[in-house]
Amino acid sequence: MNNRKNTEVERMSLAEKAYLPEIARGLGLTLRRLFRPKMTRQYPEERWQPLGSYRGRPVLVKDSDGERCVACGLCARVCPALAIEVQAGETDKTKERYPAKFEINMLRCIYCGFCEEACPEEAIVMSPNYVFTTRSRNKAILDKEALLTPAEELKERLEFLKQFKNQ
Amino acid sequence: MDSFLYILALAGIKLGIVFTLVLLAAAALVYLERRIAGIIQDRLGPNRTGPFGLLQPFADVTKLLMKEDIVPEAANKKIHGIAPIITLGVAFVVYAVIPFGDYILINGEKIYMGLATAPDINIGILFILAMTSVGIYGITLAGWSSNNKYSLIGGLRSAAQMVSYEIAMGLALVGVVMLTGSFGLSDIVRHQDGWLWNIFTQPLGFIIFLTASFAEMNRTPFDLPEADAELVGGYNTEYSGMKFGMFFLAEYANMATSSAIIALVYLGGWTLPVPAETLGLEDGSVLLGLAQFVTFIVKIFAMTIFIIWVRWSIPRFRYDQLMHLGWKILLPLGLINLVLTAVGIKIFA
Repeated sequence: MNNRKNTEVERMSLAEKAYLPEIARGLGLTLRRLFRPKMTRQYPEERWQPLGSYRGRPVLVKDSDGERCVACGLCARVCPALAIEVQAGETDKTKERYPAKFEINMLRCIYCGFCEEACPEEAIVMSPNYVFTTRSRNKAILDKEALLTPAEELKERLEFLKQFKNQ
Repeated sequence: MDSFLYILALAGIKLGIVFTLVLLAAAALVYLERRIAGIIQDRLGPNRTGPFGLLQPFADVTKLLMKEDIVPEAANKKIHGIAPIITLGVAFVVYAVIPFGDYILINGEKIYMGLATAPDINIGILFILAMTSVGIYGITLAGWSSNNKYSLIGGLRSAAQMVSYEIAMGLALVGVVMLTGSFGLSDIVRHQDGWLWNIFTQPLGFIIFLTASFAEMNRTPFDLPEADAELVGGYNTEYSGMKFGMFFLAEYANMATSSAIIALVYLGGWTLPVPAETLGLEDGSVLLGLAQFVTFIVKIFAMTIFIIWVRWSIPRFRYDQLMHLGWKILLPLGLINLVLTAVGIKIFA
């Protein structure tokens, strides 16, 4: 004879079938939650600090002697969302080329980080910044002024790139 | 004519008080529910609107009032409009017989602390049972008039659910009525004075009544008419704006009502934890009335917190499981409780 207990109901003990003790157990479980630390982060006051591996808003690196970018256009070329527009200009300095115009359309950017990978000068990197909402679409198109960021602020990301880029 | 105006004025004042109290209680319960749900799920819950997020329910209602009221084209528009009114109206009407305390003596005149126009009404329990049954019409009509399959299933479930738990609920109450010898809620409360709460004398009846109350309030584990996971939102799928808000408020008002009934019938109602004489409060004084009122409110809130706690702990019953529980378990248990009570009365009294 096949006496196997096939359904959940058949496998339950009498105490479990009576239901009330199990309800009490369940209530005890939720009561214990009362004393556990809460997961909530109080966002505007308490902000998360991203690690070096985080890909936030792409920015242009500014060293002590000015911008690194040489306006080669590789980032604009590789960008799958066509978010970057570069126009080159020329100077008499040793580093002859500079971007006369550099725009990133943040409405198009998908944070893939290809621009950063393609860049031969490590001039465009993904910053840890993730707070950049705007009230109008025009303001979401960032020009060179808005993109240039001192290298000190991007230290972690630059360290990360030194360690892992092109491996 | 003068006495008629007097009665009218008194009823008006009481009506105003109870209306405000119930709406405030509903607001407080919405806040409590969201906060407790948050805590149980390792979150904080609403804490931004006003101090500690206390203004959250008012923000919710303001939002609902400003929303567009959409009525489905194929709906039965009259009934679609009446259904939420029935549901919310019934939630308020029940307070007509709920005593918030014993009487107060003013100029040698007994004023009962309740809305009842017929003071100290002696069929309180019957009235409550009748009215809460009418409340189901609101939900069933809402489901039917929406002309939506999910709403209809929700409404039908609500009707079937009512049939299967109300008998057990009534049977549980009969035990209490046998002990007290009266249908009046004030008599039932006075009978429990001095820690002789019915929860101790009628533990089985209490469990049956509590289970049935959850079904009556349409709250988890018996929120089958709503069942967001399977029926989208059940009977209120096609409701929006303040019509939905009325169902929403009615749910919380019902919760307060059910807690009040449980507190009155099983938890000693407004009887003080210590005899009034030890506190030095005179029979019929305003202070004693106030103390009774506060005791009652504390009991109601303790009960509602328990109900919210259960909602966030226990999953929803299946439809057939509810039927099984109502007809095959609660009904026989109710009968057993009845027999036990009868035997107990015969032996001890």
